[in-house]
This record gives sequence, C-alpha cells and structure tokens, in this order.
Amino acid sequence: MKRERRRFLALGAGVLTGSSCKAPLQNSESGAHMRAYGDRSPHETTVRVIRELTKSPGTGSSRTPHADLFGTITPSALHFERHHSGVPAIDPAKHELLIHGLLDKPSVFTMTDIKAFPSFSRIYFLECGGNSIGDQSGNTQPDVQRSHGLLSCTEWTGVPLKTVLRDLGVKPEAKWMIAEGADAGRMARSIPIEKVLDDALLVYGQNGEALRPEQGYPLRLLLPGWEGNANVKWLHRLEFAADPAMSAKETGYYTELGKDGKAQIFTFVMEARSVITRPSGGHTITPGFHEITGLAWTGRGRITRVEVSTDGGKTWTDAALQEPVLPLAVARFRMPWEWDGTPAVLQSRCTDETGYLQPTHEEIIEVRGHFSGYHYNAIKPWRVAADGKVTHV
Amino acid sequence: MFRALLLCAVAFAQPKGRPAKPAEIEARGITVFADGRGLPSGKGRASEGAPIFKSKCAECHNDKGEGREGQYPPIAGGIGSLTSTKPLKTVGSYWPYATTVFDYIRRAMPFDHPRSLTTNEVYAVTAFVLHLNGIVGIDEEMNEKTLPKVAMPNRDGFVPDKRPDIRSKR
Repeated sequence: MKRERRRFLALGAGVLTGSSCKAPLQNSESGAHMRAYGDRSPHETTVRVIRELTKSPGTGSSRTPHADLFGTITPSALHFERHHSGVPAIDPAKHELLIHGLLDKPSVFTMTDIKAFPSFSRIYFLECGGNSIGDQSGNTQPDVQRSHGLLSCTEWTGVPLKTVLRDLGVKPEAKWMIAEGADAGRMARSIPIEKVLDDALLVYGQNGEALRPEQGYPLRLLLPGWEGNANVKWLHRLEFAADPAMSAKETGYYTELGKDGKAQIFTFVMEARSVITRPSGGHTITPGFHEITGLAWTGRGRITRVEVSTDGGKTWTDAALQEPVLPLAVARFRMPWEWDGTPAVLQSRCTDETGYLQPTHEEIIEVRGHFSGYHYNAIKPWRVAADGKVTHV
Repeated sequence: MFRALLLCAVAFAQPKGRPAKPAEIEARGITVFADGRGLPSGKGRASEGAPIFKSKCAECHNDKGEGREGQYPPIAGGIGSLTSTKPLKTVGSYWPYATTVFDYIRRAMPFDHPRSLTTNEVYAVTAFVLHLNGIVGIDEEMNEKTLPKVAMPNRDGFVPDKRPDIRSKR
C-alpha cells in the first residue's frame, strides 16, 4: 500500500515537472505515464466548498460547484456532502445489514448477499432538505455553489428494497421502516412503507464504481426524489414498525416551522426547482453572445418546461431542455442570449409533469414565513450590472 | 418438464441473508419509540445528570444548554418563541417527545464518545436536559415508565405535510 502511494507520488511529480529520469523511453513529446486510478488535469481546480459545523471532523456540509460543471451527472468527487457525525471507515467484508421488526424472517445480509441480487441502475438527483436555507431566512449566498450546492445527480446502482424484502414476510401492520446508519451517531429516519415498497433502493454503486465513503460506503438507502437526509448512509439496520421512531432528525430537525407556530413533519418530497448556473453569482461577463444554462429537477417525476427571463421576470422565454429528460433526475436547460451591456436580472422557473410551477421567493414567504427552512425552492434571480459583474439579488 | 422447472427454480433462487439471532436484534435494535417501547429498564434524576452534563456535555452545549454561538445550537430555552420573529427551536420549545431525547443521547452522545454512557447515566442526563428546560424537577426520577409520560410543551406542534401548499401561476 505504502509502496503504491510512493509510486503514485513519483508519477505525479513526473507529470508536474516533466521529469523523465525514471522513464528511459519517455521524451518530451510522448507524454506522461498511464495512471492506475485516474485524476483530472492539473489545470482543472474546481472543488467543493466545505463548511464544518462543529469542531468534530467531517461534520457539516460540502457543496457541489455547479457553475463549473457540464451536463447532468455530478462527478463522484464533487457530490455534495452533509454529515451529522463524521464519515465512518467501514470494512465492507465486515459490514452487515440487519432487517428486523414486524416481519416473519428477521435476517442479516452481508455485502456479498446484497450484491447477489440482480443489480439495478438509475440516474436520480439527491438534494439536501436544507439546500438554500439561507436564501429563505435572508442570509442570501453569493454564488450558486453556496446557494444551491447541496444538490447532485448520480447514476446509482443497487437493488430495489422490495426485491430484498420479497421473501422476508413484512407484516401488514408494518407501516414504517426505520433506517439507521453506522455513523458515530447512528443517524436514523423513519420511512413510510409505501415508499419502501415503491422505488426505494439499497445502493452500493455511484457512477459506475463503489459508493464513495462520503456517500455511505458500502451501502446507503436511496429514496428517489426525497430529501437527502432520509437517504440514510452507511446503512446497517432496517426496522419495520407500526409507528415512526420520532427520531431527533425527524422531529427536532428536518421539520418545517410555519407562521402559525406549527411545524410540518415528514415532508419528504423535494418540490420542483431550477437555477441558472452560468452566468451566475461571482461571474463577470462581457457584452455579446452568452449561453444561459442551468439545472431543473423535481421530486414529482419529470421536468416538462423551463422558462428563462433576462428582464427580472417581466417576460419569459422557453429554454431548450437537453434530452433525455429523466424522471427524478436533473435536467439541463440552455438558452442563447445576446447581452447588450445594460443591467439585467436573469432567472429561470420550471414546471413539472404534475403542472406545478416553481414559486417566487415572495410566494413562499407569504405562505410559509421565514423560518420553515427546509424545502425552499424559489426562483433564483442573478443581477448583471453594467460592468458585467453577476451577483445575487 | 418438471426437471426444467426445477432448474429454473435453482437458477433464479432469491438470494438470502442468514436468520438474525434474537440476541443480536436485542443488542443492535436501539430504537426508542414515542410510547416508550424500546426503553431499557433503568433510572436517573436531573440531580445525578448535572455533574455528568458538566463534565461530558457542557463543553459544546454550555452550562445551561444555551449552546455556543455559531457552533453548537442551544438545547434549552425558547419555550413560547415559535410564533415570534426569533423562534428558538430547542428540546424544550420544539421537540414533541421526551423519549426522543433519551434515544438521541443514547445513540449519538457525547459527540466524541457516543454510546459510552450507562443506561442510568442516559436517564440522568435526559432528566437534566429536561430540567434545564423547566420540564421536570431536579429530583424527579426518569425511568422506562415515567419518561414516556413527560408532557413536552410542543407535543401538539406538528402537522402532516401540507404541500403542495403554494399554487404559483404564470
């Protein structure tokens, strides 16, 4: 292991300095050695921004740099993170999933057992319930990474949970499934049985390789279209029960306090939203042609339409949607734009297949007030000043 | 025909785990439900929890559960603030069930050494956190019978998902 690392470092140094001392056949035009595990060009430097919430390592969030990315799939190394008790180091050979509670055959599955099921792959977005929380409370973030970076999109591979449960005899009185992770804090969430038996997955693959440790290696729960926190990482226990656990993370957190002092509980679905990723906060543009591009997604199926406004919402034009538009995945939209050098306000709004139209900030505040926090999905305006500087509104 | 069916059955047999042993379910099943199901037998009082809290919890949560600005949110206070312009969501003002406090402390606290407290210590610290919020008395015993009966101020503060609650129009 150490030797491998030394070799890798040596290769890296070779790439950076152009040194050929250990490679007799290499000359200045034959290029670098191959690498057993690839990395991007040293010229590419975009990274997640990390916000540590406590002094404890790995506790907090890191955000996907959407302004720098193309297409719809988030590179695994740039997938957003939100951890409540750090990232555990798990040996997959020792990892077990215990399934118990209201079922006939309580069972323990190893990773080998789980991978023996026919594998199933789907592209789904994953978004933290708290994405853009600052935009609602008035702590508006300066760029799309900080305001919308708790969203990513991945090809996940695993097995439908209903397939694993088929022979275990889940009892009719089991209305909830409590999913628990093997992180230090044993984070737990209660999931309604309807979702469990609909499209819930046990996933071990992320964009064609094993899950990254930060995404729950070796096993996570994946609930398409539902808030990130319920997609429990490092999954090691599923308990079937008649009632929800009323765990800390589904009562004290991830509930939405309304204007009347009552909080909505078990709000899982991420509603439709979109955002322009280029040009966006922090960019500086010059007069002339620009392609406005961004992402749209909904937890209720497919995005059917994205409109873009360059005049602060007075007029809207349909943007082109990159096909294929997949259900419960991000869609990429584009619109050509000629900037004449006068101040402009750019924004997008999306519609999903249920007919739901992405609301404005004002509409959300009117109904929910300033403190509901989670599931904020308003239209995001970016202001373009006469000097070309793009800032948040 | 029969043989072909048998072959099929073998080829497509559902993968299986192994049966879970009652002892491992007992050891790993740590969920405490709102009605008290899952609470272990044991007991503790706020007066016993106070010194444990001081040595193992106050570094983050502060002496009276007021938290530390910008790092650790408060876990006490804020009762009655939820409709104000500065709602303070704490165990006392917001959490609907006392059982959740026990469950969370047992599984996740102290942050750097979770699951290191004894059952009686978890009851005692739970009692102390509830006491910091003025919900239980300093010498009131918390156990598997009394804890589920604790009346949390915001017990009726939750409603089901109302969304889609906003009907935006073009």
